[in-house]
Amino acid sequence: MNHEALSVLASLFPFLDWHGFFFLLFAGVACVAAVMVVLSDNVVRMALHLVLSLGATAGLFFLAGAEFVGAMQLMIYVGGTLVLLVFGVMLTAQTQLVALRTPAGDRVIAGILAAALLAVLVQAAFSIDSWQKAGQGVATAPTATPLGMALVGVRVDQVADENLVRPKSGYLLPFEIVSVHLLVVLVGAAYLARAKRRRVPRPVDLVASADSVKPGSPVAASSTLVAGGSE
Amino acid sequence: MTALLPSPETIAALVKIGLLVGGLMTAAAYLVLVERWIAAWVQDRRGPNRVGIPLTKIRLFGLGQPLADGLKIIFKEDFTPRHVDKVLYNAAPLALLTASLAIFAAIPFGSVLPPLNIPGLPDPVPFLVAPGLDVGVLWVFALSSIAVYGVLLGGWASNNKYGFLGGLRSSAQLVAYEIPLGLGLLGVVLATGSLQLDIIMNKQAETGLWYVFAQPLGFVVFLIASFAEAARLPFDLPEAEQELVGGYHTEYAGIKLLLFLVSEFLHMVTAAFLIVIMFLGGWHFWGITGSTQEVTWVGAFLRFGILSAKIFAVILFFMVVRWSWPRFRFDQLMNLAWKVMLPLGLLNLVVVATIEEFRPALQSALGNSLTTGVAVGVPWIIFFGGLICAGMLTPSSTDNRPIRTRDPFDQERHLEKDEPMNKPSSELVEA
Repeated sequence: MNHEALSVLASLFPFLDWHGFFFLLFAGVACVAAVMVVLSDNVVRMALHLVLSLGATAGLFFLAGAEFVGAMQLMIYVGGTLVLLVFGVMLTAQTQLVALRTPAGDRVIAGILAAALLAVLVQAAFSIDSWQKAGQGVATAPTATPLGMALVGVRVDQVADENLVRPKSGYLLPFEIVSVHLLVVLVGAAYLARAKRRRVPRPVDLVASADSVKPGSPVAASSTLVAGGSE
Repeated sequence: MTALLPSPETIAALVKIGLLVGGLMTAAAYLVLVERWIAAWVQDRRGPNRVGIPLTKIRLFGLGQPLADGLKIIFKEDFTPRHVDKVLYNAAPLALLTASLAIFAAIPFGSVLPPLNIPGLPDPVPFLVAPGLDVGVLWVFALSSIAVYGVLLGGWASNNKYGFLGGLRSSAQLVAYEIPLGLGLLGVVLATGSLQLDIIMNKQAETGLWYVFAQPLGFVVFLIASFAEAARLPFDLPEAEQELVGGYHTEYAGIKLLLFLVSEFLHMVTAAFLIVIMFLGGWHFWGITGSTQEVTWVGAFLRFGILSAKIFAVILFFMVVRWSWPRFRFDQLMNLAWKVMLPLGLLNLVVVATIEEFRPALQSALGNSLTTGVAVGVPWIIFFGGLICAGMLTPSSTDNRPIRTRDPFDQERHLEKDEPMNKPSSELVEA
């Protein structure tokens, strides 16, 4: 492919450089996979299309220079939450879940809701002035350090109105609240799922101690052996 | 418009990707041969030593073996069983191999080249596909957690009990051991102050103090967790041949099986890279390589050679361990992860954080050399203390024999108490 053909191609598709190409690729994969989540009738396939969709979104973040967000998207959603989801779905997928049928009424309601949401989002997107201009390119500054600093209390962005928001408030408090919330959830889950049995000596041991009053019987000898072996 | 023409940086990245992928694939093939040699050595056999140059009688110590094996497995019938989920069955090996190769985008395989003075290409050129990726370590983690999908999908799509069990075991194991892996790594990140692997190496080269000396506990936790992540013996439960035939790749044959096997080897190579880069100083060696970013051509390739030699040594260690330890039972595996590795990893993190916090104060009070002594001595004391505590507090085995509520041969007792056998006694259930 020579220069002239390239320039013709570029004039036909003004957005088509490598950045644009990968943007379209990732965005397309994300959208198609998201639609497939809804349309497929196998619950395992649904989960995997969700993986594809979220992974492509991570690709979009990387493309925009938000490496930290992209890596987090991959780690938390694709690599963490969805692994557990797929894991659970595979363990529980029975016949009624691998051939799901959506009633027509549900499809209509979902279509109306989705159309309404899309209308709101498009309206909102076009109402933001800075999104109307040409892109400011890829962020080149490192992203991980400022985010980490913000989490421990150093405010990195400019606070517009210093009367309303105290500067240097940071995100330490919300961060702590979220983590305490998660801790509460964990403790609650552990409480609900706890074993309902009291800790008592095992019946084998009980038998052994009861039998120890009449040593010499073959039963006592065998069960003592079993109980002794467990210690 | 030259927007579609690749820039020198892109070309450099493509060259690096080509070198890396070619090198890794060849290395994986020959590491299989090395592994078979080591196995033969441990088991007092001769091992593969016949295959040399084809159509001649030259044996070359068996160096032709990987080529012969590779050709054989590629030309085998690509048989797909009828009961599998076709799409996922085909996607699984691809997903696994892609993830295992993409990890290397953020892993440096040397130091830097001397200035090349090519316009458009910033000097010095690093031995790293994606230089300046601010989240290198996170990238490695994210991709390695995506690799779980290959295994999980392969197991599920096979529609086979053994395959499914292997997939489940594997994903549970990988999810459990990611936590100690991360904790072992966090200590290094905390001490360096960067998530970029090349900066971690440079820091160790500058100070001359490898993190294996400064953070022994972190090293041990990371080493064991990376064995588990690479699913190498003693952690090879996902594909325990004696129990699961082949685990998640039971139903695969031909080139798809090859992709799975190569990805497994790549996991081990990745683990070796990470261990060397983060704990064993990377390309640095005292007195041989310099410690700055200025290198000559000889120096650049010397550093590359030292890094490769260290990685090869770690891989040899992996292989010797494989033939020295029996496989864990699954409950032992989980106990080790949650009751031993997790507390030890947390302990390491706390120690490193404390030392890094008080390092400036110590430096002003004691001077540089004493500070280094404290920063090395305290972790070693904690290391031995932690290992002793873990050994005393955590049972090395769990009693998981089935609980017998009744001795089936004890007929008299049943008659005395007038109870049916196997009825759970009501006092056990909490009110």
